Amino acid sequence: MSFVLACPHCGPRPVDEFAYSGEVTRRPQSSPTLRELTDYVYFRDNVAGRQREWWQHRQGCGEWFLAERDTRTNEIISVSLPKPGT
Amino acid sequence: MKEIFFPKRMWRSRGELKRRYDVVIVGGGSHGLATAYYLAKEHGAKSVCILEKSYIGSGASGRNTTIVRSNYRTPEGAAFYGESVRLYERLSKELDFNLMFSQRGHLTLAHSDRALVVMQERAEVNKLLGIKSSVVGPREIAALCPELDLSDRPTWPVLGALFHPPGGIIRHDAVVWAFARAADRRGVDIHPYTEVTGFQQSNGRVTVVETNRGRIECGQVVSATAGWSTLVGDLAGVRLPITTHILQAFVTEPLKPFLDVVIVSSQLHVYVSQTDRGEFLIGAEIEPYTTYKGTGTLSFLETSARHSLELFPQLERTKLLRTWTGLCDLSPDYSPILGKTEVDNFHVSTGWGTYGFKAAPIVGVTLAELVATGKTPELIAPFALERFHTDTLVSELAAAAVSH
Repeated sequence: MSFVLACPHCGPRPVDEFAYSGEVTRRPQSSPTLRELTDYVYFRDNVAGRQREWWQHRQGCGEWFLAERDTRTNEIISVSLPKPGT
Repeated sequence: MKEIFFPKRMWRSRGELKRRYDVVIVGGGSHGLATAYYLAKEHGAKSVCILEKSYIGSGASGRNTTIVRSNYRTPEGAAFYGESVRLYERLSKELDFNLMFSQRGHLTLAHSDRALVVMQERAEVNKLLGIKSSVVGPREIAALCPELDLSDRPTWPVLGALFHPPGGIIRHDAVVWAFARAADRRGVDIHPYTEVTGFQQSNGRVTVVETNRGRIECGQVVSATAGWSTLVGDLAGVRLPITTHILQAFVTEPLKPFLDVVIVSSQLHVYVSQTDRGEFLIGAEIEPYTTYKGTGTLSFLETSARHSLELFPQLERTKLLRTWTGLCDLSPDYSPILGKTEVDNFHVSTGWGTYGFKAAPIVGVTLAELVATGKTPELIAPFALERFHTDTLVSELAAAAVSH
């Protein structure tokens, strides 16, 4: 079963309307080493459990937002708009 | 005489865990079992065990769409998968088990000029490595697959295809069972329903594997756990560039045989073959979001059915028989991650995305060599985990992104 995601603007919609953009990662310092940079670009936590992640309501309002989802059940725990600078 | 009518176990039933094994392989799928088999056969390893958290072959090995091919885009990938196909060709005889490997030919359809250009590139790379592969036009496609809709009715008409004669399908369960039986006969202990819960380390080496059935001292560890690779890696403190996604497939009710090649369309995100039972076996693309929940989606069925009908409109009234999902371990460059990690004696086979099954024999051969000799075989050197730290990727996007 696919799941329903609530866009902060448009409300609950089928997940197929949204583009997934991966788990929230932490941007490295301004002059990172190659190792810090490759870790940021390629390596992922890929948790089995609660994950904070980016979504975009691509086939709707276009808004980028954050969701917290349990990757074991696809249950959406919360959605929120990003704070400036996130 | 009477006993021939009773089913026999193909391998010994699960025994007690020994206190120590030289090599502990996590994951009882085609990769883990092949590694165990070649360790015992080629390197005389006497103390090897397989730990599988569910039943043998329960993961991706039993859920893939059984396609075997080697027409990849990169020289590294094509050479590697080419060797795998050559091993598969000999495997039924070697393992004394009919794997029903049918090298019926594999057609990757092009629906655009750009796709034709990429296929031409792939064909040239393949030819240089001695892999049969060429670009063919609609007339040749019609000869190979007369039932395919080559008219201009579909949304994206077929312009040409990459034809790969040695590609085909194989019985995936038989591959798992044959490796398990052969490994077992050479003394490998197979432990289903034995889940790894942790690793103890000292001096940068794993010394003890903890399981739900007790602890095992170990010489070396191999993780061949596909979609669960990240979680097993975490237990050993090895971070991986992997995300886990579901991939779905379905089969139709059996039909009169009319398709005897494998048809793949990247544009339409489907790959189609007809099984020996007559079922149409149709697979698609991974779901874009990461998840460990292996439940199928209606949108997959709708999209894949619609796209299959673009190719084979005669399937219109065919009923679906069953559908299933598997977990895929996707790497950033669509190439596998094989061999050593930062933990000295902890090796991985991961990053298989949607193309792991076709590599099982060569993974077994090369990982067994690595475990036995401590040296990374040349064939898998480009696929080291280290490449993500040095930013020297092997991009197989063109030939692997849309699975098969």
